[in-house]
Amino acid sequence: MGFLKKIFGTRAAVQPLPSGTITVDRKGHIVTSTVSSAYPANLLQAIGRDVLELLAESRAAEMPLAEVSLHFGSLRITARELRGGAIIFLFPQTALLPTPARPPV
Amino acid sequence: MCLATKSSAAFSRLSLRKNAVSGKQSMGMETRHKILLLDDDSDWLALCSDLLAELPSHPEILTANAAKRALTILEAERVRLLICDLKMPRIDGLQMLSIVRRRFPELRTVVLSGLEDEVYRDRAYALGVDLFWLKGEMQRNFKLFADCLESLLGREGDAGFRGIQSKSLMDIMQMECLSRSSTVLRITRGPLVAKVWIQDGELIDAEAEGARGEAAFRRLLGWKTGTFENLPAEPNRERTINKPVNALLLESAQTLDETANPVGPESIESASHRKNIRLLSQLTREGADFVIAVPPEGKGAPEAIGIQSLENSAHWTRRAEAIARRLGERLEAGPLSHVAGQNLERQVLIIPHGDRAFLVGWPVEADGNLPEKSRKLVASWDS
Repeated sequence: MGFLKKIFGTRAAVQPLPSGTITVDRKGHIVTSTVSSAYPANLLQAIGRDVLELLAESRAAEMPLAEVSLHFGSLRITARELRGGAIIFLFPQTALLPTPARPPV
Repeated sequence: MCLATKSSAAFSRLSLRKNAVSGKQSMGMETRHKILLLDDDSDWLALCSDLLAELPSHPEILTANAAKRALTILEAERVRLLICDLKMPRIDGLQMLSIVRRRFPELRTVVLSGLEDEVYRDRAYALGVDLFWLKGEMQRNFKLFADCLESLLGREGDAGFRGIQSKSLMDIMQMECLSRSSTVLRITRGPLVAKVWIQDGELIDAEAEGARGEAAFRRLLGWKTGTFENLPAEPNRERTINKPVNALLLESAQTLDETANPVGPESIESASHRKNIRLLSQLTREGADFVIAVPPEGKGAPEAIGIQSLENSAHWTRRAEAIARRLGERLEAGPLSHVAGQNLERQVLIIPHGDRAFLVGWPVEADGNLPEKSRKLVASWDS
């Protein structure tokens, strides 16, 4: 028994969605996190890096944003600029639940 | 779905609820239609069956709390109308509807759902349902809902085919008017909703995209796709359209032809000017600051309304959409719905639409469902 696990490993094929809050510094390094430690750190870093890139691009376009929110089918990412870094909220969305129009204040 | 109601599953097992009102027993059984209610919420089933039992035709109400049980009833009973929820465990409403359509093609179907997403409405109509109502809307406007059900129940003797595809709105209007119908056509195209009032085959009023009367009718005929449903007639509706429908259809067809195939620089300029005026008025009505339509890199220049310098914003829109899509794919977070941003002066939304992305700017004080409002503007842009 369990030979399939030996061959394929125990990692789930479907990645769970992150839930919680992270803060990243201006270089994209994660400073604090309330996301489950089981969630891959490299993906959390990718979130931080991409959010900072998005905010930097908005500054370059002379349209600096204090807050940005990415709405996906099953996840909402809301980020607020924090002196070059950012605080990022990750909210998984239930498939059949409508996404709130505005991020939490 | 309500957990509390699930615990009382025994209550909500297949039950044949006879009409409790004694006065209704006097009605001939052969004239009583049967309505099957399918919902996994037993409290909702009880409430609905009580409400529907009060319909003027006093139908017999059958209930089921699971699709399998509903199918058993449909096999055993001659049911006229199925009222079905969408969100259910195991077999959901959409699956149920596709089974029913195949196995019981003569059965009328109504979706009564709590899901406000237009996607579900579109999918349900694509499966051939006769009516789609939201539960909240049904409670608020039960009279209209009851009228619609009565209308569906009352068509036993009517011959005819169901499901109209590959027919333009012009064809549908002509059919309704030639058959001297009295009805209200409710037409939905994504987030846009329009209504056309027809009385004894004459077009009397229309509402679309904030416009009314002939202007609304012309706007509406520009819609190329959508879904429509027949609502009960409103004979007391104030008349705003006095032209014969054929004259209006001809004029609209001519305008659409000119817009689609402009001949000569004057015609092109005129079509473009008309589009700009229409978009500006739509922008003002919704309260937005600007809209920029951004095609993919190398596939044309961005177009904008309400803003002069658009290069930087268009560039940011492309970049932001690309970053968001990349991140969404990496996280397996599903399709990108939109990107929203704000600062002290403004709110902006990026709405992906086909191969383009739209950047919609709103004043910081704008509230309400901005993604929905932005989608309306985007839908108007293309119509």
